[in-house]
Amino acid sequence: MMSPELIIVGVLSSTIRLATPYLYAAIGETFGQRSGVLNLGVDGQMLIGAFAAFYIAFTTGNLWLGVLAAVIVGALMGLAMAFVSVNLQAEQGISGIGFYLFGLGMSELLFKMLLGTVETVKGFPDLEIPFLSDIPYIGEIFFQHNIMVYGAFLLVPIAWFIFNKTTLGLKIRSVGENPEAADSLGVSVARVRYFTIILAGILSGVAGASMSIALLNVFQQNMTSGLGFIAVALVYFGAWRAFGVLAGALLFSFVNSLQLWMQVLNIPISTELAIMLPYILTIVVLVLTVSKVRPPSALTKPFDRGD
Amino acid sequence: MTEENKLPSGHTRIDSLEMRGITKRFPGVLASDNVNFDVKSGEVHALLGENGAGKSTLMKILYGMYEPSEGEIFLNGKKITIDTPTDAINHGIGMIHQHFMLVETLTVAENVALGLPSSRGFLTDLDKVSARILELADIYGLEIDPEAYIWQLSVGQQQRVEIIKALYRGAALLILDEPTAVLTPQEVDEFFVIMRQMVADGHGLIFISHKLHEIMNICDRVTILRDGAKVGTRNIADITKSELANWMVGREVSMTRELEEIERGPSRLSIENLSCDNERELPAVKNVSLNIYSGEILGLAGISGNGQRELAESITGLREITGGKVLLEDEDITNARPGEVTKRMLSYIPEERMRDGMIKDFSIAENMVLREHHIPPFAEKGFLKLKKIASHSDELIKKFRVKTPSRETKAGTLSGGNIQKVVLAREISRNPRVLIAAQPTRGLDVGATEYVHEQLLEQRRDGTAIMMISEDLDEVMALSDRIAVICEGEIMGIVERADATPQKLGLMMAGESGE
Repeated sequence: MMSPELIIVGVLSSTIRLATPYLYAAIGETFGQRSGVLNLGVDGQMLIGAFAAFYIAFTTGNLWLGVLAAVIVGALMGLAMAFVSVNLQAEQGISGIGFYLFGLGMSELLFKMLLGTVETVKGFPDLEIPFLSDIPYIGEIFFQHNIMVYGAFLLVPIAWFIFNKTTLGLKIRSVGENPEAADSLGVSVARVRYFTIILAGILSGVAGASMSIALLNVFQQNMTSGLGFIAVALVYFGAWRAFGVLAGALLFSFVNSLQLWMQVLNIPISTELAIMLPYILTIVVLVLTVSKVRPPSALTKPFDRGD
Repeated sequence: MTEENKLPSGHTRIDSLEMRGITKRFPGVLASDNVNFDVKSGEVHALLGENGAGKSTLMKILYGMYEPSEGEIFLNGKKITIDTPTDAINHGIGMIHQHFMLVETLTVAENVALGLPSSRGFLTDLDKVSARILELADIYGLEIDPEAYIWQLSVGQQQRVEIIKALYRGAALLILDEPTAVLTPQEVDEFFVIMRQMVADGHGLIFISHKLHEIMNICDRVTILRDGAKVGTRNIADITKSELANWMVGREVSMTRELEEIERGPSRLSIENLSCDNERELPAVKNVSLNIYSGEILGLAGISGNGQRELAESITGLREITGGKVLLEDEDITNARPGEVTKRMLSYIPEERMRDGMIKDFSIAENMVLREHHIPPFAEKGFLKLKKIASHSDELIKKFRVKTPSRETKAGTLSGGNIQKVVLAREISRNPRVLIAAQPTRGLDVGATEYVHEQLLEQRRDGTAIMMISEDLDEVMALSDRIAVICEGEIMGIVERADATPQKLGLMMAGESGE
């Protein structure tokens, strides 16, 4: 039997690790939604990003090239999404599901064509932060992870800074709340939305990469199993704020990590029930929080100058 | 040292702006017909006309939102072209839109800074923006907190933000599109002080309004448009209010009304100690008791936001009554569902006609039967009687003189006055026992207002018990048999028609008891 301290440190440490893909995807989604665009295709973008990163890393042996590949395919999917929702003014909920199914199918097809079997790569190694990683407990929980984990957490204050301290952030927020007002002051609603949707695509791609070449180090069909949808829910949970999203991601990965450890420790609870826990939590948390916070007013509404 | 042609804001003055021969054709419509219009530094020039007379079209051309089919614009004698709002702003022309262009979740400073380059590159410079806002606020007497969020501000304060936004961008000439339509009487007074200050400082103002007394009060010249063409321009000093009204409509308009003597019937609606809450679950209506009799108009005066809407909604079944009773001819309709209230022949003209009075994407015909679409003669056994609905709406369109291409036109595309006619037609044509009319003429032009008033008086003649909620004192005093004044959810008192003076009602509206 493991000591209670070890178990607690283990649970918390994997909480941090598991939060990584949620953070990339949900922060990206926050950018999109703050500008008024709901991207339901996150999971599809993640799958394609995960495959691209894995395949390039597997064939070239270079993990950074893998990340770059995920960035490129994520950006391309974001570009397509932007065209459909900004120029064609499509219903975003429906087109998002289309992008999800496309990503799901495409990643499976490419997997079968190019790999065929489940392979593994040696993912990003853990990077111990000097001094900090030596602090008892704290060091192991927070400072002994790979670079993609650190990147995800670094993204949170960066996103906060962009939203609250830059002219770009001001434009994003106003375009998501009142595009007519922004337009009347010479802000290009289309340009702002293209930017955020492509950024969301890139971050979704990176979220996928973080799973396939940093956390799990394999690619399997539908390996995200709906994680991208949870990321969308986390944006609501986090009330469209970067640190709110962080709190949601941590809560979610904590429950996830708890159920993994319960299985590891052979605590008598059915596996199926344990796996369901995070999802039940999502529904409960959303019901409890969503009615209290107001989404960006122009969310899912295409902008048409109307003249 | 201030230069001769500088404004206190530091921007260059516009000595004169002239629009010559402006024509704008839309498919099938001549919206502007060879209009000449000019405005000078230091004057308020009113643009007056009924809905659809072409005022907005002309101003949208000046602000770069529409391209004119013909015509030229001269600034200080030099010909200029204005293709976009940005061009207009760069020439020193600002516009305060009727529907504010503000982002509610942002602060005042953020709204002002939006879209402008920052002195710190990609970082915002809100501290500098705030300082400049305070500077402008000081010069023009526009008290405002740059750190406040827009949603925290009253409508009057939001309008100041719009003015500051325009001044910040260097506006020397301001187009004010019905700026007083949304303001309370007190806010209008404050707004006029600001306007006078700006004019004294050398700004030119274009003032669009339906309210003749405001034009008489604040403007130097007035230009009247009718059916897209200019009727003429006059100095305000040379014209009286009733001349102005007749001239605008093109016929005699009665400005004051004598109420026909009608014997008051029995009580139709009695409200006993009614209380209800607002959306924030705070008490909005407190212990209100009122009786409304057959064949009378009870005017409910008050500054908007003092519980009028909540009171109307609680009577009509749209809001939960937390205390007290409502009786409609001795039938208890307290907390009855809206369908039940409809069945008891109570009609309701809501204040927010676009939101609560109609469905914008439905046709006029469908909107005309919204209240009774499910019962004969408009429906039988669950099937709509489309022919009956069509003939019914054609009849009402004719009777109520709704200007529309057809009954199939989407209601949302009509002008404000015509939308109100559709709502009015639906609610009145069923011969209600009780009619609640909330702000029935808000935003309507003189002609449409006169029409709505006639219809209300017609209902009074037919014995309907009418509660007319209005914040327009002239309207309340012209039409009501009795006037109840509401302030902070309480009835301050009920005044008989003969005893009502604007001073007395004004004091009661401000919270003084009428005893």
